Amino acid sequence: MADTDFQTDDAPLATSKRSGAVDEATGALLEPKGDSLVARAVTINRPAAELYAYWRDFRNLASFMDNVVSVSPIDDRRSHWTVKAPGGRTVEWTAVITEERENELIAWASEDGADVPNSGRIDFRDAGARGTVVTATVLYDPPGGAIGKVIAKMFQREPAIQARRDLRRFKQLMETGEIATSSRTREQFEEEKA
Amino acid sequence: MRALAWHGRHDVRVDTVDDPEILNPRDAIIKVTSTAICGSDLHLYDGYIPTMQAGDILGHEFMGEVVEVGAKSTLKKGQRVVVPFTISCGSCYHCGKHQYSACDNGLPADNQDIAQELYGQPMSGLFGYSHMTGGYAGGQAEYVRVPFSDVGPIVIPDGVSDEKVLFLSDILPTGWMAAENAEIEPGDTVAVWGCGPVGLFAVQSAFLMGAERVIAIDHFPHRLELAKRFGAETINFEETATYEALMQMTGGIGPDAVIDSVGLEAHGFFADNVIDQIKASLMLGTDRPHAIRQAILACRKGGRVSMPGVYGGFVDKFPLGAFMEKGLTLKTGQTHVQHYMPALLNAIMEGKIDTEFLISHRMALEDAPKGYKMFHDDQNVVTKVVLKPDFAAA
Repeated sequence: MADTDFQTDDAPLATSKRSGAVDEATGALLEPKGDSLVARAVTINRPAAELYAYWRDFRNLASFMDNVVSVSPIDDRRSHWTVKAPGGRTVEWTAVITEERENELIAWASEDGADVPNSGRIDFRDAGARGTVVTATVLYDPPGGAIGKVIAKMFQREPAIQARRDLRRFKQLMETGEIATSSRTREQFEEEKA
Repeated sequence: MRALAWHGRHDVRVDTVDDPEILNPRDAIIKVTSTAICGSDLHLYDGYIPTMQAGDILGHEFMGEVVEVGAKSTLKKGQRVVVPFTISCGSCYHCGKHQYSACDNGLPADNQDIAQELYGQPMSGLFGYSHMTGGYAGGQAEYVRVPFSDVGPIVIPDGVSDEKVLFLSDILPTGWMAAENAEIEPGDTVAVWGCGPVGLFAVQSAFLMGAERVIAIDHFPHRLELAKRFGAETINFEETATYEALMQMTGGIGPDAVIDSVGLEAHGFFADNVIDQIKASLMLGTDRPHAIRQAILACRKGGRVSMPGVYGGFVDKFPLGAFMEKGLTLKTGQTHVQHYMPALLNAIMEGKIDTEFLISHRMALEDAPKGYKMFHDDQNVVTKVVLKPDFAAA
């Protein structure tokens, strides 16, 4: 396959096979941190304003992001994140909003000293009768580099897997008012969440 | 509670397990009064379906009484309901189009990975049918937790027996949708491969939709007898050359619509590596063409192919050339049960559709392992086993 140095199609940058694509996607981010890129889109059958409002209250994020222990707002633009990592550890950072447009966009970057430097953007795009397309684009520095990424994958804490599942849970919560579980008893339910 | 749990190939047992609980606001708990063993349960029994775990509770055809409801359930305690085998949210884009089996939200987020890899997008959840369809505990049990109870279960009026309505859960809507997908026009001749419950309901449905003739194909004499009872002409493929017979019976034209209610010989949800295993161990020794291959060859030019039979992975020797050259149309899919239930309940109550004829055996839930073995060993006589949690063990 020819590794062209420019994009010849209209596909999202994060789906590109070209080696330069991460840098280009990074350029689209306001303040790039890290070199591993994850992007996922999901269509949610609800208005953009409702989805944006729920997401923008960062305390809500732990309700559908399984790895997030807590997100605590510090002030209007900064929040403190505590996230599960492989091996029963947690990682922490402070994120600052780098840009926001009501009902359209939330972009952030971690501050210096983050356990996992990361930045990204959540786009909310009106999709007419189908609701809203929510696209998450996340750039991060995996702890332990490439090896850390493999280990995280083994423990299902790899951000690409997590982003996919978190967006599905967000969709479920917004569309159905609950997050689907196949647990039979409360005990199983708590075990699965742990 | 007591529940029929899968432990391995040809090993199902009635175990004592914890009762289900309400976990989400839209949940309800159903006390099961009748539950059936489905032909597709035999594929679990035969160990063909991947992502099964020891202790999984089986069963996706069930009904019962509402005994507990979550804050957002619309059901009331004491109501009798039939529960669809598909777990669908009722609020996503697909549910809005009544494509319930394509629901976006029926599967837990983690369980969606397998179907996404295999099929491109995840499907709805199913009760009691492996972890790739959600890992939900099934209805061959005393109690079941039913998610999205405000959109799934249908309330049954008093005075209508369990046995009349139980099959609204799966096989009746599946047979009906099969006939609907055949886009039957008045005067049509429709050929149905497989006279299992779905095929037999497809025969009845095809006549109700205006088919002039229905030709039913199977090799179990008793099942062909049942098809005949509803007015079908029959072909026993063990005694008769099916394609030649169909061509003669239709004056050389071929059936206007064909329905494959057989599916893959060893069907189910196979990843391709599993298929390879099965192929190596089973299929090389047999030369029986898949029903779908024969159906496509027999179908008249410009005709319709309906495929309710379950396929999971990849199929060899699919006659794509015949399909294209003859300009056929293929419609298929898991059943959108919730969409069909209300009208079919009416059809049953008006006596337009006979459901009880199918039941050959009734037994206690405690005897379910015996029921599985009987169904597995003799599909001629055993057409449907209904399990009753309140029957005493034999």
